[in-house]
Amino acid sequence: MTWNRENKWRAGLVVLGVIFLFAAPNVFQLFTIINMTTAIAFAILALSLGLIWGYGGILCFGQTAFFGLGAYAYTVAAINFGGSTWAILVAILVAMLVAAVLGYFVFYGRVSDVYLAVITLTATLILYSLMRRTSGPEYKIGKSLLGGFNGITSPPLNMPWDTSQVLFPEHVFYVAMAALILAYILCSWLVQTQFGRVSVAIRENELRAELLGYDIRFYKMALFTVGGGIAAVAGVVFCNGVGRVTPDVFNLYNTALTIIWVIVGGRGTLIGPVLGAILLFYLTSSLGTQAVLNNNLVLGAILILFVLLVPKGIVPSFTEWWDNRRALRTSRRKEVRMRRRRSRLAEANGEAGDER
Amino acid sequence: MDLFVALALQIIYGIANLVLISLGLAIIFGMMRVINLAHGEFLMLGGYTVVVSTNNGVNLWVAMFILAPLVVGLIGVIVERCLIRFLYGRMVDTLLATWGLSLLLIGLVTTIFGAQTSTTISAPFGPIQIGDYTSSGYELFLICVAVLLSLAVYLVLRLTKLGLVARGTMQSADMAAALGVSTSKIYMITFGLGAAVSGFAGALLAPITGVLPTIGATYIAKAFITVISGGAAILAGTASASVLLGGINGIMAFVTGPTIGEVALLVAAIILLRLMPRGITGRFFRKNL
Repeated sequence: MTWNRENKWRAGLVVLGVIFLFAAPNVFQLFTIINMTTAIAFAILALSLGLIWGYGGILCFGQTAFFGLGAYAYTVAAINFGGSTWAILVAILVAMLVAAVLGYFVFYGRVSDVYLAVITLTATLILYSLMRRTSGPEYKIGKSLLGGFNGITSPPLNMPWDTSQVLFPEHVFYVAMAALILAYILCSWLVQTQFGRVSVAIRENELRAELLGYDIRFYKMALFTVGGGIAAVAGVVFCNGVGRVTPDVFNLYNTALTIIWVIVGGRGTLIGPVLGAILLFYLTSSLGTQAVLNNNLVLGAILILFVLLVPKGIVPSFTEWWDNRRALRTSRRKEVRMRRRRSRLAEANGEAGDER
Repeated sequence: MDLFVALALQIIYGIANLVLISLGLAIIFGMMRVINLAHGEFLMLGGYTVVVSTNNGVNLWVAMFILAPLVVGLIGVIVERCLIRFLYGRMVDTLLATWGLSLLLIGLVTTIFGAQTSTTISAPFGPIQIGDYTSSGYELFLICVAVLLSLAVYLVLRLTKLGLVARGTMQSADMAAALGVSTSKIYMITFGLGAAVSGFAGALLAPITGVLPTIGATYIAKAFITVISGGAAILAGTASASVLLGGINGIMAFVTGPTIGEVALLVAAIILLRLMPRGITGRFFRKNL
């Protein structure tokens, strides 16, 4: 890991995040903090998609499948174990396992990226209709009823290995923010390892990467699995922020939102999707307070406009503009300096000529 | 025996249902290599056209067979001109833009008609008796329509001048353009045709499912699985994938209930794609339409 400009930026963002982590509960009211926990859960989900789509080129339209599976697995496991410590681990493992199995079928089958998008989307929608139908008493895993349309109430987090100490909502915020920062650091580190660089190479040109001897199927499946695990963490944070998990985590609206966060924030960056998620979370919740414009209408318009006009997303477009400006300024400065030197030379020559 | 007939009818209806909901998508995907994520909304608009026009006193058959394809086909043409046209050859961007369109249409319909629509239309045929079992007459009617619709699409693509020119354009747009075909117009017509077929299917299914702005979501999962499992050939692909997946779905639903039926459908499709990544028609019936 080198100490280049990108990493300085990333370190700065992490410091900002840590400051926010400790400052926010002292500044904002409890309601805002609880709301923020949900926004942070979405930000982690966006980060996971930003990692696999932006860096691995894996067009996954069903990232909410792993998000929802994480939330459901956490809830079911926490009810059965009577504590959250192992439930978190179970949630991550379940989502990673499903991601690995699905990844095995699609990547080893060499399904093209557009097909992959549709298959992952379909998997999510089928999970949605499956979970909606589990309302009867016969649908249960261990002690936990699945609850169908109404979902399950999620048990709150507790201190590790101490089920008597249950975390309060403001503590859940600390956990959520810490999870976001850790996930961000993990992703930043991952994209700079050998593994991450090969993934980017595969994104750029699959055939070339394969001819260089990399097993692209394995790399894609591994990255997909890691993304599934991070999405599961987001799911755990989400169901703790909201207090319950319903089949709606799998619905088409949330799936579309995930894609829109990443498109708006920008592919190929890690902070872009995070910002996109938080920005759109507050936009959609403010849209919910008025009745004129429908949420779907606005989101659809945003998606179309970004695809047609700002396909790179906000953060890459901004950094590009910034770099261009800086490059222009330095080149202009250089030009001025050159001109000055030239005129000085000409002056000196002219003087020399006069003397002659 | 009666049970067998009733079950067979149920499975055949499941297959016909898959053919209906995926044929429009298959036309657009097979001909233009455009995956239209707003397909579910085209079906939804077809359903709305029927409900709105019958509420305004239009005959049900006129609304179903003429108005719905016409209206949705027109919407398809507008969408192609304003959106899809700029994105040919950029598959991922098309996918995203049509998803945006899907949300936009859901939002628009919700704004106009409200999130819940209580007005539904009843199925025009009563139940029919098979021994001890009853079956819906309308489902039988839909099976016939699905067969006739597939046949009509086949005949249009195979025998008419338009079908010939369209297939030529899809095979080699440059060559077709050099021979004097306006490829841009052909793309527009093909997309409109696909949309019209989707609208027609949505109208046919409206009496069974009712209409809601978000009903598209219930169709698209099945439609996409069918089209992708089918592969590139429009009719052979849709038909073979519908028979396979509809059959699996029907049998599993009969054995274990509808919940597992849909999961079985998805699992079958994923395993199928592991074995044949380019769909059934990527391996079999490759020369068919």
